[in-house]
Order: sequence, then structure tokens, then C-alpha cells
Amino acid sequence: MILDSKIPEGALAEKWDKHKFNVKLVNPANKRKYDIIVVGTGLAGASAAATLGELGYNVKAFCFQDSPRRAHSIAAQGGINAAKNYQNDGDSIFRLFYDTIKGGDYRAREANVYRLAQVSVNIIDQCVAQGVPFAREYGGLLANRSFGGAQVSRTFYARGQTGQQLLLGAYSALNRQIAYGKVKMYPRTEMLDLVMVDGKARGIVVRNLITGKIESHSAHAVVLATGGYGNVFFLSTNAMGSNATAAWRAHKKGALFANPCFTQIHPTCIPVSGEYQSKLTLMSESLRNDGRVWVPKTVEIAQRLRKGEITVNDIKEEDRDYYLERKYPAFGNLVPRDVASRNAKLMCDEGRGVGASGLAVYLDFADAIRREGQPAIAAKYGNLFDMYAKITDENPYEKPMRIYPAVHYTMGGLWVDYNLMTNIPGLYATGECNFSDHGANRLGASALMQGLADGYFVIPYTIGDYLAQTPYDKVSVDHPAFKEAEQNVKATTDRLLAIKGNRTVDDFHKALGLLMWDYCGMARNAEGLQFAKHEIRKLRDEFWQNVKVTGVNEELNQTLEKAHRVADFLELGELMVDDALNRNESCGGHFREEYQTPENEALRDDENYAYVAAWEFTGVGNEPVLHKEELKFENVKLTQRSYK
Amino acid sequence: MAGSNPNAKPMDLTLKIWRQKDRNTAGQLVTYPLKNISPDMSFLEMLDVLNEELLVRGEEPVAFDHDCREGICGMCSLFINGRAHGPERGTTTCQLHMRHFNHGDTITIEPWRAAAFPVHKDLIVDRSAFDRIQQAGGYVSVNTGGVPDANEIPIPKTIADKAFDAATCIGCGACVAACKNASAMLFVSAKVSQLAMLPQGKVEAKTRAENMVAQMDVEGFGACSNTGACAAECPVGISLDNIAMLNREYLGAKASSENV
Repeated sequence: MILDSKIPEGALAEKWDKHKFNVKLVNPANKRKYDIIVVGTGLAGASAAATLGELGYNVKAFCFQDSPRRAHSIAAQGGINAAKNYQNDGDSIFRLFYDTIKGGDYRAREANVYRLAQVSVNIIDQCVAQGVPFAREYGGLLANRSFGGAQVSRTFYARGQTGQQLLLGAYSALNRQIAYGKVKMYPRTEMLDLVMVDGKARGIVVRNLITGKIESHSAHAVVLATGGYGNVFFLSTNAMGSNATAAWRAHKKGALFANPCFTQIHPTCIPVSGEYQSKLTLMSESLRNDGRVWVPKTVEIAQRLRKGEITVNDIKEEDRDYYLERKYPAFGNLVPRDVASRNAKLMCDEGRGVGASGLAVYLDFADAIRREGQPAIAAKYGNLFDMYAKITDENPYEKPMRIYPAVHYTMGGLWVDYNLMTNIPGLYATGECNFSDHGANRLGASALMQGLADGYFVIPYTIGDYLAQTPYDKVSVDHPAFKEAEQNVKATTDRLLAIKGNRTVDDFHKALGLLMWDYCGMARNAEGLQFAKHEIRKLRDEFWQNVKVTGVNEELNQTLEKAHRVADFLELGELMVDDALNRNESCGGHFREEYQTPENEALRDDENYAYVAAWEFTGVGNEPVLHKEELKFENVKLTQRSYK
Repeated sequence: MAGSNPNAKPMDLTLKIWRQKDRNTAGQLVTYPLKNISPDMSFLEMLDVLNEELLVRGEEPVAFDHDCREGICGMCSLFINGRAHGPERGTTTCQLHMRHFNHGDTITIEPWRAAAFPVHKDLIVDRSAFDRIQQAGGYVSVNTGGVPDANEIPIPKTIADKAFDAATCIGCGACVAACKNASAMLFVSAKVSQLAMLPQGKVEAKTRAENMVAQMDVEGFGACSNTGACAAECPVGISLDNIAMLNREYLGAKASSENV
């Protein structure tokens, strides 16, 4: 198989405009002859479904939640990047492109990232037109703040609820198309298989989560906007329902999965508090604009603190190590996420961590409160401080926050070409579901940008190119391919229900999560990864012999829903380990302990690993086949990433 | 572990939980004793513990809606001891922690009760009526592309902040559950006033107010009698001022209706 990224010819800055002119168009009157399925209604899915409906296509949109407005994009806090240069501080499309490529540690495609930077400016215009209430200055114009990995202020925000406001904007556009009848919405419906006819994606099989009914939907193209797979780790900042099932089942039908080991561990999350913990809560990266990260200077002070002999406020200024400011004077507390996370782990590994478990560092606002006053800090971060207080029962205005890294985002995902089409004709992947724009590390405030770029401004053009070359004929859901897929879904469901074992789905999920966190988390090494691979296989075998799923299919059955998802995580986890083992270098969020600089920074191997690792499924328990897409860098020079 | 209150003692509770097989079957409260609950657990984590115990015993776990567990997606609900989202003000159930309860407490957990929110199962209700109200007009009619530069329309910060306050509604339905009439006025008014305050939304303000209110009536929500229970129980603090604004918009719209 040869991976053709279909990157258009020509100068970087002209590729997208030329491509938009060169793609085939579907005549307005003919658009209604095409059906498109969009799975997932987060930023990438809702924006795509709404825009495709506006264009005149017949869209069917699916989400597992009770309403499209619940998709996990809603929880994004800090902001959305755009190269508007409203602050006159030297921003430009090229700078956003450059920061994103560098932030991703040179493992993303230049052409995709440049296009992302280009359309970023249109996103802000679109959202404002929808009535999204972004933060504004007293003069009435839009406000910006800075974010990690950038030295300009290009992040637009709506207090600490930017994702919510952007998603409600996209949801409103989607609602308008639902009202017009151009989009048919299927909430509480989960995709459980992809259907292919003559080698092309032609539909999906879903389960109605209220009745359990297995149904087929046919279309001319299928767009997966189903988010990331961070919940492989059980504990993550993802929503409880976030899952990889749609993407994974497409992978099992032939879609390549790219860079699965590129996962983002976010540096500022509320630490784990007990065995019962069900999820982790992020404290927005924007807090690092004003919060200073530190640990005690010596192990001894940290130990006394953990034992409760002293409190944080007893530690003198000279006994505090503001380690990010010390090690990275140019970026200070605003280094990219991978660097901040790794350093937090280093401090805790040295024995200088805080909190009862020693697995936390401080994020301290005392200086900012002294400088600007508590009301100013409350205006910027009030909702985050409240959330912290609710969860920990501590007042962050008086005591520094305790934070620790947690799984947050997955840069890897389904392999797509420049048109966001997977290697399966007619199957597209957008937003976090694909791999394309963030390389080995995503910069803050870039996930919202990518989701909306893909949905509002990329897929509406590129899908037309494919449909213009596709006959109008519809495939009936009575086609044998649909019937076979339905049978497979029913067989998997029956199998899960028939095991009647002794161990709960959550128990398996937690065991998998712990393996992934310990051996394929913030730091990895060959020996640990090999061990993890072996253990995951054992766990998966046990799952299929001993999992306990109660109830029946023909009802609302949350245990069964979870069982399907965890069954897929148990396969995907192994692929992540395979990918991490294959990549004998460190880059971005992928840190192999064998490959580091003397200063403990990630040591890339551009000669041997400047490629996208796209994996082909060959059966559960079989070794996957690696396909490489070489990354060509014609506009940036590959350097050791430095934030010093 | 790094709990906030390492000295807090685990507690034993008695839960009375609404169990209902499906929409067409009558439900009832069932009592479950639950031991050894950490005060640092969230309320939903406490239910997770119960469900794991039920599963191990071979009983069917309690179905409840939840997703982000960060208080923003609006998926969680629960009527706890007669209060929507429980006893803490300004808090969703997922952000409610067990430290607000005491050892030996009996906790009654019910679904939202409203004719427009039929029960799917146990504590899960059907809130699709909210989506249909939004579909009736909760948007600005702009297509993707062809919009002016974002800074072309300056909006006074005070107005933008007020619109933001209204826009933070999470659509959970607590306002309906808290209202003795099961009115959805707070929910509807939040969207109507957010968009009516902004120049982008002003253009369609009249038809929006009329259409959303009409859909609210179709869905079977009750009338507003201004008791303020909705705003008191709203986990994100949506203000009653929005209802006043909706009434103003609605009356203005009716006086010169374009919907005749």
C-alpha cells in the first residue's frame, strides 16, 4: 500500500487556494442527491454537519449523548488560537504555522498545518457572527491572551468556557439545519460498525441506546468526528463516555491508524485523590499565564511538608524552586505541555513532589494576586478557582493549587490525506479523530481551532470533490454488506452478554489504564513496553472469558455500552504500545527514556523517524503492518526544540 | 492518597433510589445500604461504587446520565433529597462531593420530574424537548462563510459579559425540575436574551422569542409563576433577569408579530 497524502503542488502559501480551485464541485441542484453521515457532534462534527446541510447535502448526524450539545468539546476551557494579529505583536499565519509545527516536534504535515493557520482567522469571524460571546476589551473589540508554546497573544477566549461557547455556536448552526430538515439528528445512538460496498465507505451500523435496536444507515460518504482515545488510560480529562469505538471499528475494516502512541499528558490537572477516582479534571493552561509552578528546593523540605510537619505557607521564598522559570527563562511557565508535564514528573521522581502522595507540584497565584488584586484574578479564572475549590475543598486564593499531569488529548488517530479522507474511499476523519495537524504534541488552544477548521472550512470543499465523482445511486440497507455488518455487531453483543463472568467492565478498564499509564504514559522504555504488550494481551484474553455484563441487549444497558468500548480499548492499547516500541526516538509527548539529551529533553531522530507511522489491522492478536508516510519539511528547518 | 481532608472518616449511608425499568413501567424507590464512602468522592463516584457492588452481586446497576463530570456538559441530573443537583448551591451533581453529607444519612435520589421529561430508565429522563426548543429559533441565521471580520462589530464589554452570563446555560433541566409548574422559562429565556442583547442576534429577536415560546408550550412545559425556584437551583447561576427580558421580547414581538 502506498500512502498518498495528496498534498497539492506549489508554494506552501498557495496550496490551499489552488486546491480549492482545482477540486471538483457538485452543482447546487445535485447536492440534494447525496447523503452524508456524520458521526459525533463535537466541534468537528457539529460544524461539518451544519455546513454540509447549509450547502444542500442530506446529512444524518449521530451522537451517543442525549443531545448533540453534550459532546466533550464543551469542556475545553482556555481558548482558540487564530492568527488575527489583533494585538499587533508580530503574529502572522506563518508564525502560527511555525509555532504549531515546532510545538508538534516536527512530526506533522507542513501543508495541513499551514492550511489550519490560514483558516484560523475565518473561524473567529464565523463564531462571532453566530453570537459566540468571546471576551472583549472595554473598547468593544475582542480580547486575547497568551498560551503555551507561543510568544504572541493569539488566543481568543470566553472566560474559562471557550469550548462550551464554541460548541453551543456550532450546535445552534446544527439546530438551524435540523429545523430546515437538511440534517436528521440521531442522539443516544452509537456507531458500532462501518459498512463498505465495493471498497468504499457506504454506511454505518448503529445501536439505539434506548431500545438496543441495531440499525443500518446508508450514505454516499461517512465522516467520523468521534474525538480522541484518551480514555484508554481509564483516568483522563475526557468525558466518561468518550471512546474510540467508531474509529477503531473503521480501523478494523481497513482504515489505517496513525501515530497512536502520540498522546498528550496535560501538565495542570487536579491530582488523583483515591481509588474510587472516575476521571481527572483539567485546570486550564491559561492559568500558567499568571500562576507560577514550583516545588520545594530540597527533598527534605518536601518530606516534612508531606508529613504535615510544615504547611506550604511556611516554606520561605528562597526554599522554593520555580523550576520552569529556572530551566526555560525565555518561555518560563508557558513552555509547551509536553515539556511542563515531563518536568513535573522529574520533580516528583526526585522526591520533591507535594501533597500526601508526593505526586503533585504547586501552581501558585500569590504573586499575581499581589500584583493585580484578587478581583482581577477572579475575573480571569473565577470559574476554574471555584471548580478547584469544589473538588479539593481548598481555597486557591489562599493556598497554591496542587496539580499533576493527566492524559488529556490524543494527537494520533485515523490516517487521512490532505482532503481529510482516510485510505478508505468515502471515509473521512476530522478533528481529534484524525492524526493530521498536531504532530507529537498539540499546543494549547489548537484543538478547538482544528475541530472547527476541519468542519466549517475544509471538509465542505474536499468532500464535494469526492462526491462529484460518485454516482447518485443509493445503496439499500438490505444490501448483504449491511446485513453482514449487523450480524457481526449482534454476534459481538451476544458474546459479551453470554460470558457472565466474575469481573466488572470497569475493573478491566482500570487495569488496562494502569498498565498504559505506567508503561506507555509520560515516559516509556522498550522493556516496559514489551511487558505492557504481554500484560494487555493477557488482560484481553481474560476479558473475553471473565467479563460480567448484566441485562439484555433490548434495553437501555449502560454496562453493555461500556463493554463494547472497553473491548476496543483493549485492542487499541496494544497498538499504542506497538507504535511506541517502533518509534526509537523521543519527540513531543512520546518520551522514550533511552533517547534523551543530557538535559533530559526529548532527543529526536530525524534521519530515521521523520515519518508518520500508519498501522494496518491484520486481526486481533496478530502483528499490525506498518506503512510509512515520509514527512517532507520544505519551509521550516528541523532543529532541537528549545524553549530556553 | 492526596485527599484534601485526610482525617475525614468514611461514612455509611442509606440510599433510596428510584428504579424504573422503562418509560411504560411503573417505578418505585428501592433502599440500598452503602458503607465506607470517602468524603472526597464525588456524588457520582459514590453511585459508581454502588453500581460496582450491585454488579458483583449480579443485580442490575442503577442507570444515570453523566458524561464530562466537570459540571459543564449538562448531562448529569438527579433530584437529591428534594433538590435539583442536591444541597449545594451553584453545583451540578457531578461536582457535588460527599463531604457535604454525614455518616448515617439517608439520601433520596430521584429523576427530574416533569411531564415534558419522561423517564427512560431509573434516573435517566428524555430531555429532547430542550433540543426541539432550540431548533425552533435558538440561533442566528448565518451560513458558514461570507461573514464580516470579527472586529467589525464592536460590542460594549458590559453587554458582551451579560450575554456571556446568559450563554453559560448548560441545558441540564434543573430549572424545570425545581419548578412546581415544570416551566422551562429560565432555559428558554437564557438563549433568547443572550442573542437579543447582541447585535448579531437582534435582527431575528422577535421571531426567535415567539417561536421558542411556542415550541415550549407544544412540549408541555408549565407556565411561569415567578417563584424564582429555577434560578435558585440553577447550577450555573442563570439569572431571573433573563425571564424578564424574555417577557419583554415576547410582548414586543406579539405586539408587532411577523409570525401571523
